[in-house]
Amino acid sequence: MKEFAPIAIVAALLGAVPLLVHSNVVLNFLVVALMIALAGQGWNILGGYGGQYSFGHAAFFGTGAYVTAVLQVRYGVNAWLAFACGIAAGAAVGAVVGGLTFRSGLRGSYFALVTLAFAEVLRILASVAPITGAGVGTLIKLDLRAQALQFQSRAVFYWVILALVTLALLITRLIERSRFGAWLTAVRENEDAAMALGVDATTVKLGAMVISGAITAAAGCFYVQYFLFIDSGIAYGTWISIEALLTPIIGGVGTVFGPLLGALVVKALGEAAQAVTGDAPGLDLVVYGCVLVVVIWFTPRGLIGGISELRGRFGRLAAPMREIGHG
Amino acid sequence: MFSPTILIPAILNGLLTGAVYALVALGLTLIYGVLHIINFAHGALLTAAMFAAYFVYRELGIDPYIAALLLAPVFFVVGYALQRFVIGPASHGDDRNMLLVTLGIAVVIENALLFAFRADTRTIDLPYAFQSIDFGFTFLALPRLVGFAAVFAVALALWLIMGFTDIGRAIRAVAKEKLGAELAGIDVAHIYAVTFGLGTACVAIAACLLIPTYYVNPSAGNAFVLVAFTIVVLGGMGSVPGALVGGLAIGVVESLSSLFLGDTLGQIGIFLIFIVVLLVRPSGLFGARA
Repeated sequence: MKEFAPIAIVAALLGAVPLLVHSNVVLNFLVVALMIALAGQGWNILGGYGGQYSFGHAAFFGTGAYVTAVLQVRYGVNAWLAFACGIAAGAAVGAVVGGLTFRSGLRGSYFALVTLAFAEVLRILASVAPITGAGVGTLIKLDLRAQALQFQSRAVFYWVILALVTLALLITRLIERSRFGAWLTAVRENEDAAMALGVDATTVKLGAMVISGAITAAAGCFYVQYFLFIDSGIAYGTWISIEALLTPIIGGVGTVFGPLLGALVVKALGEAAQAVTGDAPGLDLVVYGCVLVVVIWFTPRGLIGGISELRGRFGRLAAPMREIGHG
Repeated sequence: MFSPTILIPAILNGLLTGAVYALVALGLTLIYGVLHIINFAHGALLTAAMFAAYFVYRELGIDPYIAALLLAPVFFVVGYALQRFVIGPASHGDDRNMLLVTLGIAVVIENALLFAFRADTRTIDLPYAFQSIDFGFTFLALPRLVGFAAVFAVALALWLIMGFTDIGRAIRAVAKEKLGAELAGIDVAHIYAVTFGLGTACVAIAACLLIPTYYVNPSAGNAFVLVAFTIVVLGGMGSVPGALVGGLAIGVVESLSSLFLGDTLGQIGIFLIFIVVLLVRPSGLFGARA
């Protein structure tokens, strides 16, 4: 149980925020940050623990978003059910893309490229297919009832996304503790050696990609419920592929809390950049790109890795961070 | 629709477009062949070079074809510095980190351009932009013919550099056997940076060849770079002849598929080829089996 205590503490602390802070601006910031954290948690399973760096996680985010929106708008499916279908669709896309790429033995650069290409194909298809609303996009009707998964209060939305993030944290911890997690990290460290020891690398990576796709798709499903609109540029755009990989890498790649920490830092930096220069387009992404390079340069293991390194240097000064550092 | 009077010009135009694709791909494949990473900043560097060519023409009145002679060395230095002082030290020799760093650089360049110039699309007006030459059976645009010739001149120059200079021999040595080259006294970090610089110079020349007939905006390069990825994969990562043949082939495929399917779906045709080649034969047509 001790392994799960940090997750419970973090969830409880974050869960208390709306009780103390009533500012919609702050809550909106946190909702978006948690949504990005969720997308990053998906990436982290495959990229962080499995070492397979995907540059196209938009494929999952967008699929989750579109399935949730289209099922509701065109087929009158209940929002909760549509949400679940969106997650399942993300897992399915993960199975298809993973099945194709891992079976043909694509690694490293090739894997990054092929994921990027899949996201791009989906973006072009979504921008012309009538079912997605093509270039116009899809609007979900405003219907502020719990059964439509829409809420008057931002606080409720916040708790919904926090619940999803917490669930993803638990899944990550479970994977970390499981035999599957051990296989996955073995593949990351040295795929050939892992295979020589009898690890079925293809199946392990495929499993990670399915879980990864489902979690990132959940972020997409949440996106449409929160903003009630989706188009091909948002759903399958490079922005989400980049944020999904940025958050774990900045926070701490292959750690339980890395994506969450990374998302809060990244979003805060983005907000700060916007506040300094007004609403200029592109500047937040310039900051993200710089942060990405700087983090890899100076703390390749992300902020959590950096913190545990400092702790190593300064002995017990940072002892309270130990639990998180171990994550 | 299938008559030769439409098909042949479509194929020829495809070859002319494909030559510029090939030049972009040449830079990419050169970098892959030596550093063994995909340079995800390639598209952003192309966009930056297109902006440079645009402003050199607008502010200084220098014709893009002449500007190529100026921008190629400038972008060689940019590429050299990026690899030597940013990508190399930042990635600590780890391939995955290198990918991420090039991606980070791409994001920075692209969005800095967006920040500076907004999403506006710009074009330049050249007297010869719409001139074409009558070949009897078809007309071909003059700027595209110039581009076609220039690409082969660049390819020839690269081939001479790689084959007959010390630096070329050093590059090939590092590509083949990094450790061995290092033991033989070759400065690997320097060679990496030179290669990156050469790849970036290719992109600068491609930008100058494109700008007379194309537009520039902060995401203009992306359209080419995904095509260039396809070409590099099709031709075989790291293979120079593969990049040339692949570029011409993709140019024709794109021209024909947009003739039959329309522009947007024509793009999908390219990606499908890309995915199929990656899955079926990731080493490409000219590459060694991975």
